[in-house]
Amino acid sequence: MSRIIATAAIKGAHKEVATARRMFNETIEAAGATAKVEFPNTAYYLPIIYGMTGVKVEKVEDMAKVLDLCNDLLPPVPRATHWVPYLGHTVDAGMATLFAGEIIEACKYVTSPPVDDIWLGAADDVIMRERGVEFVDGSAPGFCALTGVASSPEMADQIVVDLQQKNLYIWMSGHVNDATITDQLMKMDRQLGWDTRIVPYGKEMSSTVYSLGFAARAAMSFGGATPGDYSKILRYNKNRIFAFVLALDYVDDQKYAYAAGAINYGFPTIANTDIPQILPTGICTYEHVVSGVAEEEIVQKCVEVRGLKIQVTKVPIPMAYGPAFEGERIRKEDMYLQFGGNITPAFEYVRMLDLDQVTDNKIEVVGPEIDDVEPGSALPLGIVVEVAGRKMQEDFESILERQCHHLINGAEGIWHMGQRDIVWTRISKKARDKGFKIHHYGDILHAKLLAEFPAIVDKVQVTIYTNPEDVAKWEATAREAYHYRDVKTAGMTDEAVDTFYSCTLCQSFAPTHVCVITPERLGLCGAYNWLDGKAAYEIDPTGPNQPIKKGNTLDEAKGMWDNVNTFVKDNSGGNLEKFNAYSMMEDPMTSCGCFECIVAFLPLANGAMIVNREHSGDTPCGMSFSSLAGSVGGGAQTPGFIGIGKVYITSKKFISADGGFQRVVWMPKALKETLREQLAKRCEEMGDPDFINKIADEDVGTTEEEILPWLEQVGHPALTMDPMLS
Amino acid sequence: MSENIEKTACEASKKMLEKAAELEQETAFTRVEKQKGCAFGEAGTCCRICAMGPCRINPKKPEEGQGVCGATVDTIVARNFARMIAGGSAAHSDHGRAVAETFIMAAKGEAPGYEIKDRMKLLEVAADLGVEIGERSIEDIAVDVGEKCLEMFGQAEGEITFAERAPEPRKALWRELGVFPRAIDREVVEIMHRTSIGVDQDYKNIMLQGARCALADGWGGSMIATELQDIMFGTPVPLESSINLGVLKDDEVNIILHGHEPLLSEMVVLAAGLPEMQEKAKAVGANGINLAGICCTANEILTRHGVPIAGNVLQQELAILTGAVEAMVVDVQCVYQAIGQLSGCVHTKIITTSPKAKMPHAMHIEFHESDAIESAKKIVSVAIDNYKNRGKTDIPDNKERLIAGFNHEYVNYMLGGRYRASYRPLNDAVIDGRIRGVVGVVGCNNPRVPHDAIHIQVVRELIANGCLVLMTGCAAQSVAKAGLMLPEVAREICPQGLYEVCEAVGIPPVLHCGSCVDNSRLLIAATAMVKEGGLGEDISDLPLAGCAPEWMSEKAIAIGQYFVASGFYVVFGVKWPTLGSPDMTDYLFEQYRDVYKATWDYEPDPEKMVGKILSHIDSKREALGIAAKRERVLFDMAMRRELQI
Repeated sequence: MSRIIATAAIKGAHKEVATARRMFNETIEAAGATAKVEFPNTAYYLPIIYGMTGVKVEKVEDMAKVLDLCNDLLPPVPRATHWVPYLGHTVDAGMATLFAGEIIEACKYVTSPPVDDIWLGAADDVIMRERGVEFVDGSAPGFCALTGVASSPEMADQIVVDLQQKNLYIWMSGHVNDATITDQLMKMDRQLGWDTRIVPYGKEMSSTVYSLGFAARAAMSFGGATPGDYSKILRYNKNRIFAFVLALDYVDDQKYAYAAGAINYGFPTIANTDIPQILPTGICTYEHVVSGVAEEEIVQKCVEVRGLKIQVTKVPIPMAYGPAFEGERIRKEDMYLQFGGNITPAFEYVRMLDLDQVTDNKIEVVGPEIDDVEPGSALPLGIVVEVAGRKMQEDFESILERQCHHLINGAEGIWHMGQRDIVWTRISKKARDKGFKIHHYGDILHAKLLAEFPAIVDKVQVTIYTNPEDVAKWEATAREAYHYRDVKTAGMTDEAVDTFYSCTLCQSFAPTHVCVITPERLGLCGAYNWLDGKAAYEIDPTGPNQPIKKGNTLDEAKGMWDNVNTFVKDNSGGNLEKFNAYSMMEDPMTSCGCFECIVAFLPLANGAMIVNREHSGDTPCGMSFSSLAGSVGGGAQTPGFIGIGKVYITSKKFISADGGFQRVVWMPKALKETLREQLAKRCEEMGDPDFINKIADEDVGTTEEEILPWLEQVGHPALTMDPMLS
Repeated sequence: MSENIEKTACEASKKMLEKAAELEQETAFTRVEKQKGCAFGEAGTCCRICAMGPCRINPKKPEEGQGVCGATVDTIVARNFARMIAGGSAAHSDHGRAVAETFIMAAKGEAPGYEIKDRMKLLEVAADLGVEIGERSIEDIAVDVGEKCLEMFGQAEGEITFAERAPEPRKALWRELGVFPRAIDREVVEIMHRTSIGVDQDYKNIMLQGARCALADGWGGSMIATELQDIMFGTPVPLESSINLGVLKDDEVNIILHGHEPLLSEMVVLAAGLPEMQEKAKAVGANGINLAGICCTANEILTRHGVPIAGNVLQQELAILTGAVEAMVVDVQCVYQAIGQLSGCVHTKIITTSPKAKMPHAMHIEFHESDAIESAKKIVSVAIDNYKNRGKTDIPDNKERLIAGFNHEYVNYMLGGRYRASYRPLNDAVIDGRIRGVVGVVGCNNPRVPHDAIHIQVVRELIANGCLVLMTGCAAQSVAKAGLMLPEVAREICPQGLYEVCEAVGIPPVLHCGSCVDNSRLLIAATAMVKEGGLGEDISDLPLAGCAPEWMSEKAIAIGQYFVASGFYVVFGVKWPTLGSPDMTDYLFEQYRDVYKATWDYEPDPEKMVGKILSHIDSKREALGIAAKRERVLFDMAMRRELQI
């Protein structure tokens, strides 16, 4: 009966708010009322509180008004007879619980951060943006807030692998009498952490706020919801982020209270124990609480109750498969066999052939198989994938080839990195024990290429060479192809084509944002270049990547074309009148929120700074990446700021209308390192090979005042260029 | 005894009727037998609007008769019907006007005791009325809101702003038909004009004005009353209280508040709670002051303060017969003149308070909003002073518990809490078939049918057939007395789906939504269902119905007409005032489908009434394509992108 749930949740909420108040008082005692309160590296303060109320909790004393709000939200416990309606009360009690939970966790961060060898605590904005993009593009449909403990470690492992295979994130919190599913997974030697999507947030139930805080941040950073616009944040989660609570074993009042909090987001609870149910729908898409589901069937039931359609291609290998396994590491001692990595030659090569030259599903291993070698061995490797399709084009070869990395890496017990001839891949002993063969590399590629590119790929055959002679012979052929493609791509300029591609994949989150992808400017998420756009259009002609005929050039230097303007206007709901491809100062491109880097105008330096999302420190424009991201995203044109993909920095068209790369006065060291080779080349082209050393970084300073003298000292060209702000 | 079983389903009332019989005291229950009714009047075929008549048309041969002026039976029936609408609309709307006037005084600080309690609702109403909010003070906004409302009564041009709240297709239809209400008073006046001798003689045309006037009531006068009362006195939230004559107390000063406007009763509630009044009551040997309500005043103070209800309109005389009522304080509407006469037999003082409504044998203490508390204290003092005159009392021990206080705002809240408030769960439940349909059961009591019995039977069968029932007025009180407004009822009576919804939310299957002016709440709720989506584009698409099984007041006709014109199918019981004209009746019962996409209907048999309502609801479900079980749709990413945020 719902009233039992309501009673438990409301009681649990009262207790949780009391705990929060106690910890608040203790924290004031220990650290003082003005002690700083923060979760690590986030621009969203305590994100649930910030999202729902707009209140920025920055100091311990700021929690007082939130606790008052909790008291205001806390309803009376439903009466045993002649009760008044309790559903609204229960959901409110749940929200009060989430506020209390954030206060509890934040108090821990003030005195003793809740992080150790096992528990990870709050996810910072770098992780949120990196992973949040997966929620945006659908590669992760949502997350499972997993609490409690399974009937056995084996069952825990089975449930979690099942969730992983459905591409869901698994975020764990809470325990039952000190037992946790996290412990069970560690017993099973399952790798935990962000890389494998199995994240142990914390042992206490209050750490559930990290899951729901992530969801609130996703809505604010990608959904363009403003802090305090609780209605939009929660509806965004209901309709975009398909998350749910999976409660194993005993559900106490506290867990009911957090489950009630999750219902605010449209996230239902599914339990294996025989707790009462709430079946009518409405706040959630379908049922609110479903119980008594056997552990063996519970993942399937969760997906159904949340209303989630997951299409998983069955990959014919003896282990689990899914993006969650991409993050697995295989240590040397756990490895059975490896290829590449400067130990042996290894490469991957995809080429197109005519339809009659390819026999679909012909997979051949030429050379030794796994059973022919000892544990810990290394073999040379040449994976030659030959595809055919009526709409296949030569340009798509490199796109398909780039997929090999994540396709192979998705197999449990297989590790892969690199591409082309710098491939390095390992097969674990566990995978070998389960029956994995080298042949299965071919099976994976065959199944996944057909499934993911049905419009351009009709047939796939794979030949895997593991003997030195064939590998050497084919590697030479592959290298010729790589070179040919590089030359061709290098010659591809914006002027050389008459068609650009749009990307409106993120419009469901930032409805007025339109990415215009040109050969010399890739999408700001870094994931889609011009060729990808072209291929994506072939794959799905009505999808988010549409061709844009450039039309008449209105301003060559700034990069403005009449058809592009029309397209942008029509597709931004009339929000944008015009658009300059090469300027950050005048009618620049909008940003959704997925950008890899932000370029920001620095008026004193007469130049621009670039910060990448991995950089957590302050920057000369006075804001960290996270804070900047908040003002740049959401589909609005903000002159002086643009979100970009990293590779665009190395393009000749990089803010070329504003003076180009020479305007860059500051970049984090790590970003310079990542792009060093291409940037060096770019500096050569500019005729200033030493330019890269004139760009300040965080060692020089993190304010404009700090870096200015240094820029003058090194003679940075921006200082003497025309005013950037005209 | 057996006679009384036929007269009422209410145990307390039966006991008091027996007492009345012993005392040989007349009540409405006995007077009705002497008033057999005029066949012409009942059929609506008697025309008394000029001195050439009265003209009467034989309802058995309607086509044969004509008035002196040549008026056909259709014209005569339509005129009479339209004048009922005008009467009803005038009553609700004059109530609304009084509230608006007090509201403005309160906002200006000229009415001590009144305040702006629900600021959130003030801002919502202000936004709907186009009143600037900005950084302005609550009081300034309130003054503008009050004045805008007051304007709606007499504005020379434009349309009634609150009617803008209706669904777009409905407004378009009203404009197309020329029935979008312009100004409240004007529509009443125009009915009176058009139905006077020698003016509008086309029954369909008369009824267009009838609809426009009724809409000016529902979306104007009544809505103004409800909205401003909520802002001044607080929007009700569900609470528990008790009902029936058993709420009267043997050892306390009993004051009954009867009538309609909460302006006075709110102040009496305040005054009775004052320590000085309590002391005064103790001084005369009473253990306190016990307030109880009758009729719609009862609903107002019940839903805002939990003040118990002594009974509905047909129990006003019976309450006095208990001998335990020191004072019955009345304002306007549905106050029987008989209570004045009755007060001669017992010690009860009848206190009239409105300059608009006086009667013989009553004490008049005029109530002034500018000095409300003092007026109220005076009234309470009279009651206390009268305690010593009390003789033998005879309070029936019957009372029932009920949950009351539902309305649009609370329904919105209760379905999702503060952060996820919406009608989605309600619409989902309707789409899923857990709720078959939503039915408003409203209206009065009428001694021509067994008191409460028809209401109880209709409502019990509706919930047993999966309908969620919303109630107002005396109808609500009938059903509450039978214990149907308790959440436990869902498990006992309702089918699984409706039970699951009631259990999930914690509601009874029958929701008490307030007084008869609060029927405007049902218009707002129906509009919210349309706007929430998934159930069509207009109120007439929804699987909804309205009924008034025991109606008697002209106000019921006005309400019924604005419901029909707003798109509800409406069935009335007891009797029907247009039966003398087959054409006019056919127009309302059949042809209205092509005009308003909704019709009137008449069915005195409760079982058949429920059958008609259910078949209407099922036809709407069929048309919406929700008659079959909804399939579970699983969403992939592309489908999720299509979902609105």
